Amino acid sequence: MTSTLTSRLAIAALTASFAVVTTSVEAETLRWARAGDSLTLDPHAQNEGPTHTLAHQIYEGLLQRDMAGEIIPALATDWAVTDDPKVWRFNLRQGVKFHGGEEFTADDAVFSLKRAMKPTSAMKELLASVADVRKVDDYTVDIETVGPNPLLPNNLTNMFMVDEGWTTANDAVEPQDVANGGENYLVRNTNGTGAFMMVSRAPDEKTVLKANPDYWGKGEFPLEVTEIIYTPIQNSATRVAALLSGEVDFIQDVPVQDLERADAQEGLKVVKAPQNRTIFFGMNMGDSDITADNVEGKNPLADVRVRKAMNMAINREAIQKVVMRGQSDPTGVIIPPFVNGWTAELAAYPTPDIAAAKAMMADAGYADGFAIRLDCPNDRYINDEAICQAAVGMLGQIGVTVNLNAQPKAQHFPLIKNKETDFYMLGWGVPPFDSEYVFNFLVHSTTDKYGSWNGTRYSNAEIDALVVSLATETDTEKRNLAINKIWETVQSEQLYLPIHNQILNWGMKDNINFDVQPEDQPHFKFMTFSN
Amino acid sequence: MASFNQRLQTALDSDLAFAFKRSPVAMTATTIFALLAIAAVLAPLIAPYNPFDPATLNLMNGFTPPMEANEFTGQTFTLGTDDQGRDVLSTIMYGLRISLFVGVAAVLFAAVLGVTLGLLAGYFGGWVDTVVMRIADVQITFPSILIAMLIFGVAKGLTPVEARDEMAIWVLILSIGLSEWVYYARTVRGATMVEKSKEYVAAARLANRSPLAIMFGHVLPNVMGPVLVLGTIGLALAIIAEATLSYLGVGAPPTQPSLGTLIRVGQDYLFNGEWWILFFPAVTLLALALSVNLLGDWLRDALNPRLR
Repeated sequence: MTSTLTSRLAIAALTASFAVVTTSVEAETLRWARAGDSLTLDPHAQNEGPTHTLAHQIYEGLLQRDMAGEIIPALATDWAVTDDPKVWRFNLRQGVKFHGGEEFTADDAVFSLKRAMKPTSAMKELLASVADVRKVDDYTVDIETVGPNPLLPNNLTNMFMVDEGWTTANDAVEPQDVANGGENYLVRNTNGTGAFMMVSRAPDEKTVLKANPDYWGKGEFPLEVTEIIYTPIQNSATRVAALLSGEVDFIQDVPVQDLERADAQEGLKVVKAPQNRTIFFGMNMGDSDITADNVEGKNPLADVRVRKAMNMAINREAIQKVVMRGQSDPTGVIIPPFVNGWTAELAAYPTPDIAAAKAMMADAGYADGFAIRLDCPNDRYINDEAICQAAVGMLGQIGVTVNLNAQPKAQHFPLIKNKETDFYMLGWGVPPFDSEYVFNFLVHSTTDKYGSWNGTRYSNAEIDALVVSLATETDTEKRNLAINKIWETVQSEQLYLPIHNQILNWGMKDNINFDVQPEDQPHFKFMTFSN
Repeated sequence: MASFNQRLQTALDSDLAFAFKRSPVAMTATTIFALLAIAAVLAPLIAPYNPFDPATLNLMNGFTPPMEANEFTGQTFTLGTDDQGRDVLSTIMYGLRISLFVGVAAVLFAAVLGVTLGLLAGYFGGWVDTVVMRIADVQITFPSILIAMLIFGVAKGLTPVEARDEMAIWVLILSIGLSEWVYYARTVRGATMVEKSKEYVAAARLANRSPLAIMFGHVLPNVMGPVLVLGTIGLALAIIAEATLSYLGVGAPPTQPSLGTLIRVGQDYLFNGEWWILFFPAVTLLALALSVNLLGDWLRDALNPRLR
């Protein structure tokens, strides 16, 4: 006791920065749970919510979104377009150290951005408009785009910075090749600049992080959490039981059926907000024949009438009322209202009409229907498997016999990326809050730079050109017209079957002060506790 | 016909029938099992709905409490509905079919495999015995549910995704059967080793009958008693194994729920008071497994001369 006191006094006397540590040292361990785990620690290998969420605690980008979704500086202190409208200049924060002790400089920024543009990177679509990244001096970086791109910073919120020396020394210049089951050093090891450092990790079991003692953001962020214990709990009953019994402090996905109970319990609260994410089904409409169906020699999904009929068979309101218990907003378009390009007309969806849908099926030559496999995740989105099961019943009513293949996201997502599924569930968030992002990944045909998540195999040169033009269109009105034109094509072609936008329900101890982040990304450095 | 009546009379006069009539436990267990079996077999005829036909489901019926009208559709269900609007009563009846079918088929498979290998090992001895019994020894050190999961995983990986739903039931039978054969093999081997030194086997050998004919024609009928007991208890185990696998989400496909699948679905709704989705399937599984087990216990005692 005495020794702690003396040592504390000694430390407090030594430096002012240490004094900050000792005053907030009421070690706050945060026990955090959600349904699924991060897929990899390589910050450029997966463009996926839970993966980014864990990465955000450890790594940082040049800029980031705060808990309200607003863009704030991170490793860059400020940024602006230079005299050349195609060049963005970023001034980097000085004196920032990686967890390994190396200083963060322009070399690391250039290296990281170039790494994120490599073919195996999952982030490359976000940088598709980038022509070059240049170091100006040790703390200045220029990003040159192929044409003026006023929205470039929006694409950098999940673009994490790695240490060039460390990454190169560990032979991980290329991001992990997820599609081919690749591995590299960064998959299991971390070295970021973030507020937390990795202590231990067992994938799908437990990840422990501790506060970074040398974090640059002291004084700027509350930094009250000193340790994070992250345990993925897939089973919803077990997850909510862990919260109710006090075994965890914070869960990101309170099961919709347990909202009332969790909110009513003494010492717990549920905070909710609409999420920037739409859940939908994708269909392979591009191939001339598909393997997942029972129709030989042709692809029923290639017929737009079949896709329209399927869209008409889905009873979105029933899914909202029963499966989601009101915790969703049914929609007819694959972007939420946050996103530039969203309109009420696009979001309108047909009232389910089985007779009309059957007539369209008959019109397309499938009066007797067909059978097809639906691939679905079971640990990613809110009630994902139950939504798929409900869709099985609804599509069954128009003669489409669906075989449901529900499995964890770690097995499900590769099917989409490798184009091994013909009918699948996907949810898409829009970190830049702009339609261009959605088009780059989901509408543009699959090429080296674009369309890596376009499982529809849709390929339209005219639309592709329009999508590419968005990055460099500076006239906002013209750009929005182009966005609208692309959406109209997506809707008339019925590229996707949209279901709903998710509503987030974060459950936590009463004494935690934390807003729901619209991207479902808790940044724990913002978390505070009231006692 | 007379011979049939005579046989029936012999059966009714047997010690076993006498013991049965004097055991209220056995009679209750048999009644419960018979009721469940009839409900399962006749499900397509007597169940109010067909829960395995997704096209007939109305999602709006989801989570209807037992004996209460649904707030949207006004429909009433005796035991309520599950998360997809399936009638729980009908789903239990159809789920029982899967549970019983998988149970019986897995036991038959395990028994045929185990008895054959046990006979071979016990009769021939030597290296046949060594190979068969060492495999059995190794396998028995692992819990059978782990073996079943391993076999299920491998078999699922080998079947094409399109065929998985149809194959799931057969894969279940295979994996449970393969995980349970050891007990039959061990029992039969021991009994065979005792039987083969008896005089009737020597007589059959002297009459120049083939080893196969001796094994299956002469030895087998004399070692069947314990196999019968094992089979009955094994049935309860197989039903529970199927429920466990489905509960863990690796068994019956979600669109064709067995009792274990229903329990898995139902446990998600325990905290908010929608108890019926879990409760009724769980009680049914309990009644089924308990009645078969009690029957097996009784049979073991009744066939054991030392306990008379």
